[in-house]
Amino acid sequence: MTQVDVKVDGVAYRDDVEPRTLLVHYLREQLGKVGTVVGCDTSNCGACTVLLDGRSVKSCSVLAVQADGREVTTIEGLSGADGALHPVQQAFHDEHALQCGYCTPGMIMAACDLLRDNPDPSETEVREGIEGNLCRCTGYQNIVRAVQRAAKATVTS
Amino acid sequence: MTATAERPAEIGQARRRKEDARLVTGRTMWTDNLTLPGMLHMAILHSPVAHARITRIDVSGARQRPGVVAAFSGQDFKDVQGTIPCAWPVTEDTVVPNHPSIAVDQVNHVGESVAVVVARSKAEAQDALEAIDIEYEPLPPVLDMEAALADGAPLVHPDLSSNKSFTWEFESGSAGTGRAIDDVLRDADVTVTRRFRQQRLIPAFLEPRSTVVQPQGEGVTVWSSTQVPHVLRTLMSLSLGIPEHKLRVIAPDVGGGFGGKLQVTPEEFLTTLVARRLGKPVKYTESRSELMMSGHHGRDQIQDVTITATRDGRLTGLDVHILADMGAYLRLITPGIPILGAFMYNGIYKFDAYRFVCDGVFTTKTPTDAVRGAGRPEATFAIERIVDELAVELGMDPMDLRRKNWITHDQFPFTTVTGITYDSGNYEAATDRALDLIEWDELKKEQAERRARHDTVQLGLGISTFSELCGWAPSRLLGALRYAGGGWEQATVRVLPTGKVEVVTGASPHGQGNETTWSQIVADRLGVPFDDVEVLHGDTQTSPRGWDTYGSRSAAVGAVAVSNAALRVVEKAKRVAAHLLEASEDDMEFVDGKFSVRGTPGAEKTIQDLAFEAFAAHDMPEGVEPNLDAEATFDPVALSFPHGTHLCAVDVDTETGRVTIRKYVCVDDVGTVINPLIVEGQVHGGVAHGIAQALYEEAVFDDDGNLTTGTLVDYMVPSAVDLPSFTTDRTVSPSTTNPLGVKGVGETGTIASTPAVVNAVVDALRPFGVNDVRMPCTPERVWRALQGGTR
Repeated sequence: MTQVDVKVDGVAYRDDVEPRTLLVHYLREQLGKVGTVVGCDTSNCGACTVLLDGRSVKSCSVLAVQADGREVTTIEGLSGADGALHPVQQAFHDEHALQCGYCTPGMIMAACDLLRDNPDPSETEVREGIEGNLCRCTGYQNIVRAVQRAAKATVTS
Repeated sequence: MTATAERPAEIGQARRRKEDARLVTGRTMWTDNLTLPGMLHMAILHSPVAHARITRIDVSGARQRPGVVAAFSGQDFKDVQGTIPCAWPVTEDTVVPNHPSIAVDQVNHVGESVAVVVARSKAEAQDALEAIDIEYEPLPPVLDMEAALADGAPLVHPDLSSNKSFTWEFESGSAGTGRAIDDVLRDADVTVTRRFRQQRLIPAFLEPRSTVVQPQGEGVTVWSSTQVPHVLRTLMSLSLGIPEHKLRVIAPDVGGGFGGKLQVTPEEFLTTLVARRLGKPVKYTESRSELMMSGHHGRDQIQDVTITATRDGRLTGLDVHILADMGAYLRLITPGIPILGAFMYNGIYKFDAYRFVCDGVFTTKTPTDAVRGAGRPEATFAIERIVDELAVELGMDPMDLRRKNWITHDQFPFTTVTGITYDSGNYEAATDRALDLIEWDELKKEQAERRARHDTVQLGLGISTFSELCGWAPSRLLGALRYAGGGWEQATVRVLPTGKVEVVTGASPHGQGNETTWSQIVADRLGVPFDDVEVLHGDTQTSPRGWDTYGSRSAAVGAVAVSNAALRVVEKAKRVAAHLLEASEDDMEFVDGKFSVRGTPGAEKTIQDLAFEAFAAHDMPEGVEPNLDAEATFDPVALSFPHGTHLCAVDVDTETGRVTIRKYVCVDDVGTVINPLIVEGQVHGGVAHGIAQALYEEAVFDDDGNLTTGTLVDYMVPSAVDLPSFTTDRTVSPSTTNPLGVKGVGETGTIASTPAVVNAVVDALRPFGVNDVRMPCTPERVWRALQGGTR
């Protein structure tokens, strides 16, 4: 067992983990952060995407011990303290960018990272930016619209 | 009792979804999120070989591993595991092999379960699998359907006499729905024959399947990531002998299905067997790789299609022979899938004669079953592809050939050569609109120019004018097709004492947004705010009856039940209101949730008032029971027939074989639209799924029967960069077979888009002598087709 100190969604945790434990399993099984989900075992689907020190990572491709001393933001930590939706969450709702919703937490986290790098992405830039996240329901069109809507909302707010 | 409402109707509004609040914040209840006190975790050892006898199996090593509570092989359950049921033996003599949840002495496909370990943690269970000792004696794999049917072929199931499950036939002459096909074939002016191959697909929903089973005394509660909690409850009861009233099935939020969770799975049975054996709650959540091997696949048909016409382009006959790969076993509706297409090969066209013959064939591959569209995409692909090939043979424009032969809008209702009656439609309007939106004439001009100057990147234009059968289904029709179940749907509407409304639906959704659309319908019917309606679903304890969600049936069947139940509540409320207002029921008006007495200003009761009055029940009219509740069960009298025209423009690089979709236009007619936002989303997702079949996805087995596309690395589910934006529009021809006029939209895009794309690819390559490209049209396949002339 290895001890890790990690801040998740603003709360500091100190836990013992097996060195082989993946970050996503630590989040789900030890912290109960089940908003972050697992969709594959080859790092293709992106459903488990979280922010690690503000940058998106697929949490199935990061060991929990690699998060030691760092800060993780999951979908559950994205809303404001008052419960108000983050602009990307709001845009996904407004543009009907989700159906079953399983890819949505990862897709939203990936979109947050994309908008950090590029606050006003073109359609092509959005599509390239979320290429690592698979969605089977929407055909991506409304996800692209949502990311662009969130970009506008963020720029104007 | 009719009057004009003053507030805008909810039906037709692009309401944002109620479901989203929990989904965008990560507060969703997926099955794998569930943890029960004392819950154990199960891991499964899967067969690494396609076809073998199990000569020795010893799980005792696993029991010694840390954290392990139990380990079992098929021997431990051989007398109690029953069989995975097939609810649709399509003929009287369909051969249905025994389908164990866990193999006992033989495995018949890669991925079949052979042993399980149960441990305190998932990791410990998984680790201990390697301590299981198992020996296989290989049997020859059976992979090719035609070889499997040959005399002397190795048998998938040695106890059966052949690898054929059934032969299902329809012929219009003998059915009395048209002329004899052999006469029409013999007399034909023009005949075109093609062999099309529907590759094997994997549904690839995003949430892997998960099951949690909690035994409590005699009772069992099963949480499962399923499309069909009601079907699962009944069939698990019948197969495992758990009394149905002691069995509760809950489908919490379900992360997509696309037919892939329209199943009663070996993993659900196995988790239940293990949990009951141990008397403890057990969870099994599969990995993606396990799912790709073990969850059912779809399509996988060889289609031999002959079409005949007069020299001037009138279609006369259609003769279809298909081989359908069942895989190693028949699952819930495996044999029925190709038969769902039997009534669709004629598409939107008028034929004199039609024959459809389907052989179901066993192979040592993962069983097949429903994947979005289920039988109808295959049929639509075949007819829309071969109509294009016939147009070339006749020297006609492919759209002109379609116009000459389709059912015109003034001919509905129209009984086709299959004997099925199409309810409504307007193919002319949808097609004209689509041609305008894509600017067809300009594209045609550009195509001619690029051909003339021998551009290395050629433009291809593809058409798909499709219809499909939705609203599964009239129970009487299902009975005639030998399906074991019914097709009705049930709903309950309850106005609570405080005026809030609960709606119980049997249509258990997994992304369709039923909580939103059902709320819109009930808000309109009762005149209550949209936000005052809550929809309950997916738990056989709260919603005891239903046939669940598949086959584009939720709106066309489930929503009608909801609407009818709400109308019954209004009827009851009217009796209570008339009684309390001391007026005749005939004088009551109901507008925006308020009853008033015609000609008596001020005498009124809201439906919320009446709900409390009926709850207190101090003064109910004679013979009226307390509470404003009503239930309705809707069994449709006929199917509904969405249609549309999809047009696709592709750029094909003749040097690399790369296909890029440049424009995709779809004009669909799904009847009355309850929520246009949700309808458009369904179309987008459906089109994406159909494009994926045309260009990207294929489940491939090697010569030993190993699935070589067993992860998302090899199985090409398209990402955002692989798909274009779609231009969507609608025409509206309300269905005449249900009171809401809705037709169903969940599968239209998938059914329509695959032939539109492949027709476009072939059209681009036509000047090079190419007349077909096998799906998926990968760069390699396109390039090879260019080198070889055909295919």
